[in-house]
Amino acid sequence: MALSFPWERIGLQRRVLPGFRLALGITLLYLCVIVLLPLAALILKTTDIGFTQFVQIIGSPRTLAAIRVTLTTAAMATAFNAVYGLALAWVLARYTFPGKRILDALIDVPFALPTAVAGLALTALFAKNGWFGAPLAEVGISLIYTPVGIAIAMAFTSLPFVVRTVQPVIQDLSSEVEEAARSLGATDWRIFRSVIFPTIFPAFLAGCSLAFARSLGEFGAVIFIAGNQPMRTEIMALLTFIRLEEYDYPAAATIAVTMLFGAFIMLLITNAIQAWHLRFVGRGD
Amino acid sequence: MAPPRKTARMAAPVGGGPLFRPALLGIVLVATLGVLVAPLAVIFTQALAGGIAVYLRNLGDPATQHAILLTVITAIVVVPINVCFGLAAGWAIGKFRFRGRNLLLTLIDLPYSVSPIVAGIAYLFVYGAQGLFGPWLQEHDIKIMFAVPAIFLVSLFVTAPFVAREIIPLMEVQGTDEEEAALTLGASGFTTFLRVTLPNVRWALIYGAVLCNARVMGEFGAVSVVSGNIRGVTNTLPLQVELLYHDYNVIGAFAAASVLTAIALATIVINVVVERFADHARSPGGGH
Repeated sequence: MALSFPWERIGLQRRVLPGFRLALGITLLYLCVIVLLPLAALILKTTDIGFTQFVQIIGSPRTLAAIRVTLTTAAMATAFNAVYGLALAWVLARYTFPGKRILDALIDVPFALPTAVAGLALTALFAKNGWFGAPLAEVGISLIYTPVGIAIAMAFTSLPFVVRTVQPVIQDLSSEVEEAARSLGATDWRIFRSVIFPTIFPAFLAGCSLAFARSLGEFGAVIFIAGNQPMRTEIMALLTFIRLEEYDYPAAATIAVTMLFGAFIMLLITNAIQAWHLRFVGRGD
Repeated sequence: MAPPRKTARMAAPVGGGPLFRPALLGIVLVATLGVLVAPLAVIFTQALAGGIAVYLRNLGDPATQHAILLTVITAIVVVPINVCFGLAAGWAIGKFRFRGRNLLLTLIDLPYSVSPIVAGIAYLFVYGAQGLFGPWLQEHDIKIMFAVPAIFLVSLFVTAPFVAREIIPLMEVQGTDEEEAALTLGASGFTTFLRVTLPNVRWALIYGAVLCNARVMGEFGAVSVVSGNIRGVTNTLPLQVELLYHDYNVIGAFAAASVLTAIALATIVINVVVERFADHARSPGGGH
């Protein structure tokens, strides 16, 4: 469509358009005041605490238990979404069926629905007299107030990530390679395993890492269904909140900074996967 | 023009087998009924469990009414600011190339990955009594924390990427040709922006603003840290849902939640329509 001039391709653009300084200035100022200042203040607060106290807070059994619960439940939620999200993306990208548009729109429900409302709804569903809780109780299973309950809440809020990153890639798969593989006598499963899955793998991984990152920080949806029992069903976000309510600011800051650090790492991992993915896509052209 | 090519391609697609396709489709649809439809249905069922009269009485409760009002005011303040930020970021990052551009993009994405609880605490350490500006604010008798301004601020943080992330890639793809043509014809920079750039990104702008609005109205974690949960003063609607639930007023909690659910469903419907319009606007140009 747009002609690209040689100097544009090497990243040098003649600045004929006005307003660059103004727009960049507004962007930088806003990001500094709204995003960077608070995060810097949080990190600054932690440096006041001192290394020994920091280690003491993180090393306390209750914090360690919260970290363990958060990581394991987020991993469970991500594993569920890896399978269900991939199936949803596949169905939406490759099949036509009545109600497809509705299904496609429904995928955005977890993004649009407030987390507290999601938590409330899931708690009602899995309560002992709930639509899902009652039949489960008959066979002696109770998921509410257990780590599995937490994973259910996390899975709900992070579902769209896997679907929305994988769906466009499945849609863009070129059929030639598939047909070539079929003409060579490969079975459907073999084609999926050796041709299709390797192509969608980077996007799939990026979606999973986004879902995992989101699950690590989830709060609103989890606190209703978790029961919030220290050592067993207490996630990091909730422990931070509790420390805050106890006016234990050093502990709150320490756990919050740890979560922030985890978020940075997840962001770096996701960016690396996406860069890999772009190279992958670029190779096809 | 696309469909016939598609069917020709899909002559023997993988996963289209007579057994596999209906089985997978069936499993996914049933799972979706349980995972995505049931939570929506249970909210309205529970909210209306006591009958329509009880439902309306719950919605008319003064504290819930105030929470709705505060939620709407927050959205009215926050969404326009983040729309302006999104446009500025789109212009700077989408239309120009400069060093540090990728770093800036990562920075804009940051609020997506930061837990809302962490965001709330971070703001506490800026404007709270123990925070950077706490003593100064106290001296001048300015109250930000545990008051309405803090709710605005954390909402700005949490939704900062929503509009920007829709606008930046679109402005990048659209390039600068049309703007350059307008400038050559003698239009001022501002007129060019208003008459050329803005109409080109209008659907993405609406899409982002609607998402931003949904998130502002539904934000829970960050707001619950900084609001102080003062009944009838700093309670937004999601906080009111939790408060009613802990007061054992379950029907009241679900009534308040049903309002938020209605907003969420409206958000999805509006964005489906906007996407349709955007596709329609894109197709005459005949990109791909």
